[in-house]
Amino acid sequence: MFAEYSASELTAIFAMQGFAGLILFSVLVLMALGLAIIFGQMGVINMAHGEFMILGAYITYLTSNVFAEYLPSLFVGYFFVAMILAFGVTFLLGMAVEWGLIRFLYKRPLDTLLATWGLSLILQQLYRTIFGAREVGVSLPDWMMGSYALTDIIEVPINGIFVMILTLVIALGVYWLMYKSGWGRQVRAVVQNRPMASAVGINTEKVDRVTFGLGCGIAGIAGSAFTMIGSTGPTSGQLYIVDTFLVVVFGGAQSLLGTIASAFSISQAQSTMEFFLSGSMAKVLTLLFVVGILMLRPQGLFAMKIRH
Amino acid sequence: MKTNDFVLAVEGLTVSFDGFKAVNDLSLYVDEGEIRVIIGPNGAGKTTVLDLICGRTKSTSGSIKFRDKELTKMSEHQIVHAGVGRKFQNPSIYEDLTVFENLELSYPKGRSVFGALFFRRDQAVINQVKAIAESIFLADLLDKPAGLLSHGQKQWLEIGMLLIQEPDLLMLDEPVAGMSVAERKKTAELLKRITKGRSVVVIEHDMQFAEEIADRVTVLHQGQVLSEGSMERVQNDPKVIEVYLGH
Amino acid sequence: MMHSLKQIFPRHDLIAFAILAAILAIVFPLTMDIFRLNLVGKYLTYAFVALGLVLCWGYGGILSLGQGIFFGLGGYCMAMFLKLEASSPENTAIQSTPGIPDFMDWNQLTELPWFWEPFHSLPFTLFAVIAVPTVFAFFIGVAMFKRRVGGVYFAIITQAIAAILTILIIGQQGFTGGVNGITDLRTFLGWDIRTDSAKYLLYFVNLVLLFICLVIAQCVRKNKLGRILVAMRVREERVRFSGYDVSNFKIFVFCLGALFSALGGAMFTLQVGFMSPTFVGIVPSIEMVILCAVGGRLSILGAIYGALLVNFAKTSFSETFPELWLFAMGALFISVVLFFPNGLASLYQEYVLPWIKARFKPRVKTKPEAKVESKAKPQPELSEATDDSANLPAGARYEN
Repeated sequence: MFAEYSASELTAIFAMQGFAGLILFSVLVLMALGLAIIFGQMGVINMAHGEFMILGAYITYLTSNVFAEYLPSLFVGYFFVAMILAFGVTFLLGMAVEWGLIRFLYKRPLDTLLATWGLSLILQQLYRTIFGAREVGVSLPDWMMGSYALTDIIEVPINGIFVMILTLVIALGVYWLMYKSGWGRQVRAVVQNRPMASAVGINTEKVDRVTFGLGCGIAGIAGSAFTMIGSTGPTSGQLYIVDTFLVVVFGGAQSLLGTIASAFSISQAQSTMEFFLSGSMAKVLTLLFVVGILMLRPQGLFAMKIRH
Repeated sequence: MKTNDFVLAVEGLTVSFDGFKAVNDLSLYVDEGEIRVIIGPNGAGKTTVLDLICGRTKSTSGSIKFRDKELTKMSEHQIVHAGVGRKFQNPSIYEDLTVFENLELSYPKGRSVFGALFFRRDQAVINQVKAIAESIFLADLLDKPAGLLSHGQKQWLEIGMLLIQEPDLLMLDEPVAGMSVAERKKTAELLKRITKGRSVVVIEHDMQFAEEIADRVTVLHQGQVLSEGSMERVQNDPKVIEVYLGH
Repeated sequence: MMHSLKQIFPRHDLIAFAILAAILAIVFPLTMDIFRLNLVGKYLTYAFVALGLVLCWGYGGILSLGQGIFFGLGGYCMAMFLKLEASSPENTAIQSTPGIPDFMDWNQLTELPWFWEPFHSLPFTLFAVIAVPTVFAFFIGVAMFKRRVGGVYFAIITQAIAAILTILIIGQQGFTGGVNGITDLRTFLGWDIRTDSAKYLLYFVNLVLLFICLVIAQCVRKNKLGRILVAMRVREERVRFSGYDVSNFKIFVFCLGALFSALGGAMFTLQVGFMSPTFVGIVPSIEMVILCAVGGRLSILGAIYGALLVNFAKTSFSETFPELWLFAMGALFISVVLFFPNGLASLYQEYVLPWIKARFKPRVKTKPEAKVESKAKPQPELSEATDDSANLPAGARYEN
């Protein structure tokens, strides 16, 4: 299948597909980070995670419209405002959902899964009612358009680079928060021994609520970033939810590094195969590969061995 | 040393969890018909040893021979079929089922899927369940959901569930924990009765109780055997005194 | 034999079965026109899936979010047979390659793919309807349960498989009919399945099959196997240490659930006249779980009532307020989990039954779906946590 391409063309193809894979990787990482916190640390399956992401995307869309309408001079920087708003709103909604729904179901993970699925249906219909069934896109400020030429045949889009940098910053931020900050220590204490954490004075309920909110907030930022590279519809979130769960499970639910590594391998595999096969077959093969590996190694790529 | 003189021969058993060796190069031999009590401070690896023998945890290295069958390669149910029964520390019974059904489920018949599908509750089963219920002091409570039993009764029920399997090696993890004095006495009686003709490994914290039932005692410390022998010998072993009273 | 029959069908269960049979076989056919009755028949094909889920999820504690896979496989096997019959060379004379299904012709296929060939034969088709989904479930089950994957991991992986299958079906248009599915099915061995009389007959065939499945489910539930499933859901470890190979029981009940779903899928194709990927993927699969949850995850008859009720509601909502349906469905998911974890069956047990008892004291003794496990503990599903926690990342248990 490679015969019809010359060596330099092949390199370019792999480089560009690799870059497309990197963008997919960034989105997957952003979505999966929030999920990894909620699932990995709390053991909660949030099927509405995709809808939280889409909420972030819609907020970005609204913000861009507001800036275009009322503050055209500041339009260059609207994205940063949008991102903060997206985080704030999804964070608060996440805390509200934890308070109103999740906290009653901590010991029933399968029921949480069903309840959050119900929540996702409600949110989808809400988006459809408010924003319409059609997909919406944001207009990018000028500096994010166009592409940067690495060589004469390899070009990379600037919005893609921006999303990647954003991902890197957020991943580092999450890592710092979970492993270096006092708050992260509290979260991990609650995960490992809830009664003990409570006994030493950690407000476990508050930790749960904030953890869940944080996971949702990161999904909101992911949604914001998502608008840079694609358009948003009421059901866009659902398209990604299975992939994202696979990313998290494949990486080994408790390991942030595992999440990133698995997002990388899944996205690279898919985008590289996509060039040679049809998109759907590439996706089928990628998912089959992941499911196959999970059957051989159910604990994921990076998992700890735990004493009973 | 020939291993086939023993019911249970554990040799060089090691298990590590992320580098931490919970059980470290442990060897242990249990004679036919012996009651062996394992004692040791918290975290000594007592429960882990039972977990390893009954297949709940897989060993990193070493061998466990039960009547010359290597248990380390077998799965839990195969180990049970081989004749090893295990009682957990916290009573592990089926709260949603009645006492009768709890015992019936443990009856060694119809253990395959289709065996269970075509299982008939015949007279032999009923008689056996009743006999066991009698011996564990629960004969009058056969139709009661097991969730409603007292803590001590649950412990007895679990012992009964082991007995109906007719194992050759019984492993009991703190069988009298959380029991009242009266219940403890009855349990000691029960254990003495049921251990006839069986080999038993018991984990116990209660020294008095251990002394009452043990043929021999093994003291574990940091995943290794610290001392072994009669209760008296162990109690006078300076190493044991150091671990228990030192620091 | 009489003895065990009575054990499996106590009097109150017999009455409950008879009531359901009377509603479905007498009341509905007499009061509904064929359009509505056909609709009920369609709903009842989902009831097969819900019934399987009662055994898998309610009893076995295994939540599969991929039952659409088996519904779809059963349905597609049947659809392939019907499509081949509808694509005789005479019927397809205008195609560039006559004698192959129309969608293949549109996709420039010039001959029938090899895996379609055997579906010319009805016996093979019937065999495939049963065997293909069951064998597939068996492989998934062996791969997962032998490695002790359960709980939410199992749910996610079955969901992923449902997604994979949907993408595959949609992507391989030429072989599967793509997103439209296999449509325009006409005759079954020359007998036109689109006529009213055929629809009546198929409704009753469907009903008979459903009751066969119900009886099988009742046998499983009332047998030692059912008690092992209940025991396993609560204390998987103990069951293992009572000498059972837990994975085999899970594989069995998962295969049985797949088999039921496949029968439902095949009957769907026959009654509705097409099969498409919209019944295979993530969304339909999880909707089938809600049918089971609404009826009561531990009640086999509840599954049937749940399937009927939710789908009636869906149809009437979609006719009048289509935009409200997703809100209602979402609210249903949330409320059934939060407030009625045992669904209609528990409402019946708490409110209707005492009322009946008060009226007809000597005649009805207990509720048809009365179960020991729900009496012993007000919320048996709490115990799900026991087996799920074994697979959850959170909480490294450390005891010695």
